[in-house]
Order: sequence, then structure tokens, then C-alpha cells
Amino acid sequence: MTKESPIPEKEDSMLDRMRERLVPDGMPADDRGRMRMVVDSLILHLHPTKVVASTMNWTYSWGLGGLSALLMAVLGLTGVILQNNYTPAAPQAYLDILELNSNVWFGELVRNLHHWSANLLIIVAVLHLIRVFATGAYRPPRELNWLIGVAMLLLVVAANFTGYLLPWDQLAFWAITVGTSIINYVPLIGNWLGQLILGGPEVGANTLLNFYSMHISLIPLSIFGLVMYHFWRVRKDSGLTLPKKLDDPSTGSGQELKIKRVTTIPHLVRRELVFALAAFALLLVFAMLVPAPLEGIANPDVSPNPAKAPWYFMGLQELLLHFHPLVGAIILPSLAVIGIFLLPFFDINLNSVGVYFRSHRGRSLTVLAIGMALVLTPTWVLFDEFVLNWSLWLPTWDTLLSNGLIPLAVILFPLILLDEWTVKFFHADTEERVLFIATFLFIAFIVLTIIGIFFRGPGMSLYWPWAMPIATH
Amino acid sequence: MSDTPLEPSRRDFLKIAWAFFGGLALLETAGVFIAYLQPRLTEGEFGSIINAGLVDDFPPNSVTHISNGRFYVVRLGDGGFMAVYHRCTHLGCTVPWDSTAQKFICPCHNSQFDQQGTVENPPAPRPLDLFAVTIEEGQIKVDTGNLLQRQSFESAQVVYP
Repeated sequence: MTKESPIPEKEDSMLDRMRERLVPDGMPADDRGRMRMVVDSLILHLHPTKVVASTMNWTYSWGLGGLSALLMAVLGLTGVILQNNYTPAAPQAYLDILELNSNVWFGELVRNLHHWSANLLIIVAVLHLIRVFATGAYRPPRELNWLIGVAMLLLVVAANFTGYLLPWDQLAFWAITVGTSIINYVPLIGNWLGQLILGGPEVGANTLLNFYSMHISLIPLSIFGLVMYHFWRVRKDSGLTLPKKLDDPSTGSGQELKIKRVTTIPHLVRRELVFALAAFALLLVFAMLVPAPLEGIANPDVSPNPAKAPWYFMGLQELLLHFHPLVGAIILPSLAVIGIFLLPFFDINLNSVGVYFRSHRGRSLTVLAIGMALVLTPTWVLFDEFVLNWSLWLPTWDTLLSNGLIPLAVILFPLILLDEWTVKFFHADTEERVLFIATFLFIAFIVLTIIGIFFRGPGMSLYWPWAMPIATH
Repeated sequence: MSDTPLEPSRRDFLKIAWAFFGGLALLETAGVFIAYLQPRLTEGEFGSIINAGLVDDFPPNSVTHISNGRFYVVRLGDGGFMAVYHRCTHLGCTVPWDSTAQKFICPCHNSQFDQQGTVENPPAPRPLDLFAVTIEEGQIKVDTGNLLQRQSFESAQVVYP
């Protein structure tokens, strides 16, 4: 009789009350409600309630920061489940990867996703850095966020490098051997530091455990903390820099009056979701089609020929072919990192913030720097490979001098001349000089990386990529 | 309270003391971490004393790879012994012995070394490293925990039976 007695209309059921608490009651109808929704949500409140419409221009930011965050999320998720099928011990680690590829449901797909996301993250993070540099977006008050960003880039490289060893195949073993040998050239403490990081005199079982522990705990935790700090700083610095056209006389502060703001919901959130879905779909297709590399099990007795470092270190390995290791692997990279850290402290012209490549002259100088680096770098590599032979010409000199500091001076001198030349003939100001030199050095590094990846074969001799002999293992 | 304030004041003294002992505690913590992370060695493996074999196993003018010890036993033409670490001094690749060229040739960056391990072709910055060799009752023992880095070949590096 009471079976069909209706629930009193005014009282919600328990399910209704749970739903009410957990999911918002439909989309708010007005802007005020939408802004309220952003503030009230843990995740959405990383955003402001309203954003400047022009900063959402696709061709201004290219969505690179968001894409980095997406890749980090994919890496975190796939990384956590990969741990369920992995033992950080030699040789079990390698056998686990074989097992993962052949005997675990979607095991290979998860590994491919992790592998390709990690490699893509390095590229995307560097592009993000270039975008911020090209638009001068690191200038006051955003210096601190630039520093955080560069620190994150270094951590991303560290995460990638420690992860490179984990499959324990020949590729991993020798790339890490070559990569970590560079530590031994740090003056005074090099040998001690190398042993500490490797857990012994050479790459072995202890190294695998050390790298695994770093890879799954300290490095990702630090990156997560810095990402949150980075987001928070973006809000504190009142969002992205405003895109500006060339020859637009208005400065940042004068523009505030006429800029158009729109609510974060739906304008920004919708873009982000569409972008993230599209990017993830492409990533998934790529991971399904292209398997992550895996070679034979690590064999400490046989170095493959050639033995190459991970691809993002091939520019450095190329430098090592031309300089004493202390110069090529310690001094030059340290100077580069310090220079990148210091950029926002000597390039401070606020008028060109938001303008790609600063000015008309800046654009000409950028094209010039790219062109010169594309021509001069391969020329120098060939010249050094076939003509220069400092240690032969100066046989009694220490190799640090004859193969390190003297070639370094020979390289630096024309660079200084080049800088003088931009001032004399182009009347470049500080920001344009910074732009020219940084572009030149960056493109030179990219060219070295490409030579290292595609043009170096057995014995690290130069070959055409289409005539590359097969590596021996 | 006296008219002339003490130098340093009590407040300054406490600040300095806090900074000093706080810094000391941080250094100690760092020391604990570094000591904890020191390499672990296992007896009988690479890093301990390894028995390479009998003197007569190695003919004069020969190079023999001892895989578990990561070194070559080099017997020179005059009968002397050297234990040469197989790791390239440039970037750590394993250097194979090329018996036709009578050289160690590194596959990574083409560094070349002669039988005694001295550099014939850069980029290697110094000769191949050595391990200490002792010969007891015709047994060649190599201490792989005792690495000798050198700038050139010297006759004192050779051990005679």
C-alpha cells in the first residue's frame, strides 16, 4: 500500500543532495555567476575571473605554456602506472620493459605515450621560452617568473635524462655513460661528484636505483611545486603581456583604459579544453604509430659505435668534439645558463613588451642572425674538422689551453666584432643587441644539435644522413 | 639599564647565535645526506681486489681483457705487467683493443691509445687510467678500488714478476 507513496515533493532525496553538493547546478546564466564559478573552483581559480581578450590570440602565445602543462599531466599519469610494471634493478629492469611491451595490456602504448610526451615536452618548453624571449615578456615585473621557468626547463631536462637510463638497454646505458662522464671534468670535485651521482665509479646497478629514485620523487615533486608557483606568478603579474603591433606608440600602462576583457568562462576555458583535447588526440595517434626505441640489454663491455648522448645533449657533444671537455661541457654551458637567467635584468625596455622581435630593426637583425648562424656554424664545424688541429700545432701546450681556451678565444673574438658591427652599422640599442646575439647563439646551438644527431656516424666522423653507415652494437 | 649600550647588544648577540647554530645545523644535515649517499661497494666485484690469473697465462707483448674487473692485463715485450682500466678518459666509453692496429681505439670519439695506454690521438685528455698490480706467488692481483690517473707513461708504472 505504501509502496507507491510518493516522496514529499519539497524534500530532496539523498542522491539529489549528494549531486547538489558535488556538481554545480547547471551553468550560470550571467557573467556574475560565471565569475563566481571561477573563484569557487579549486582548479579554475588558477585563472582570473576575466581575461584580456587580445592575450588569448592564438598567434601570440601559441598555447605553449598550456601544452607544457598538459604534457606534464600525461607524464605524471603514465609515469605512475608504469611503476607498477617496473623493477629498478639490473638486469630485471630491461626484462620488465620487454614484458611491458609484449605481455601487458596497453603496456607498449603507455610507454610510448610517456616516452614521446617527455621528448615533446623538451621541445615545447624551449619554444615557450623562445616565445617569451621574442615578445620581451620576461621584462619587469615578470623577471622572477622567467627565473622559475628556466629552473623548470633544467628540471625537465634532468627528468628526461634520469628517465633515459631506466629501460637499461644499450642506448640508455651508453647515453648515460657519455652524459655523466662530463661531470668528471668539473674542477676539483668532479670525480667525487660523479661517484656520488652514479653511486660508484661507473654506470651500474646503483646508478639505476639513484636515477629511478630521483626520476619518480624529487624531480617531479620539484617540477609540480614550481609549476604552481609559475601559475601563481602569472596571476600576480596580471596575466600575459598584451600583444602589441609594431609602431604602436601606446605603452603598457596607457593601454589599460581601452583593453577589452571577457569572462574566463566560457572564453578561456573553452579554448583550453579544445586545445588540450586536440593536442592529446594527436599525441595518442603518434604514440600508437611510433614505438619508443628499445635496443639490446645493456652491456658494459661493448660500447656501440657511435655512442651518442640523448638527442637534446647532442649540441653539447658536438662542442666536445671541438673543445677540451672543461670548456665544451662545463664553461660554455654554464655561461649559457647564467646568461639566460640574467636576460631580464639587462634587457628592460618596457616599450617593446608584447611586440614580436622588438622593432623593425629588431626583425631585420633577427633574420640576419639566423642567416649568419646557419652559414657560419657548419663552416666552422667543417673548418675545425678538417683544417684546424690545435693540439698538433701547439704540441707542448697543455690540451686545456691548446684545445680549449685558445679555440674559445678564437670563437669569442668574431662574436664581439659582430656585436660591435650591429651597433656601428645598425645603431642597435641594448635590446636589439641582446636579440641579435641571443638569436645567433641559439640558432648556432640548434645547428650543432642537428649536426650531432644526423651527420655524425661511426667514430663520430661526418657523414651525409642518407649515406650513414649502420651503427655497430 | 646602563647609559652606554653593550656592543653587541643582547638582541644582536642572539641573532648572530641563531644564525650561527642554524647554519651549523644545516651544514650537518647536508653532511648526513652526502655521507648517506656515498657509493656502496660489494666484495669480490668491481672495486675490490681481483685475481686476474697466473703470470704464465699472459705471453709477452699481449693484451687480455678481464671482463669482471673492467681492465686489460697488458704484458709488455720486456715481460712487465700493467692493468689498464678499459674506460676511455674522454667520456667513459669502453675502449676495445684492436689487435691488427696494435692500439686501443675508442668507438665514441676516435681517441687512440698505444699498448701502454698513452694517447696517440685526442680528444682523450690523458692516458688510460691504471689499477695497482701486485704479483704474489705467480698470481696477478689487481686492486680495482685503487685507480691511478696519470699524465704520461713512466717505467715505475710497470710491475715485473
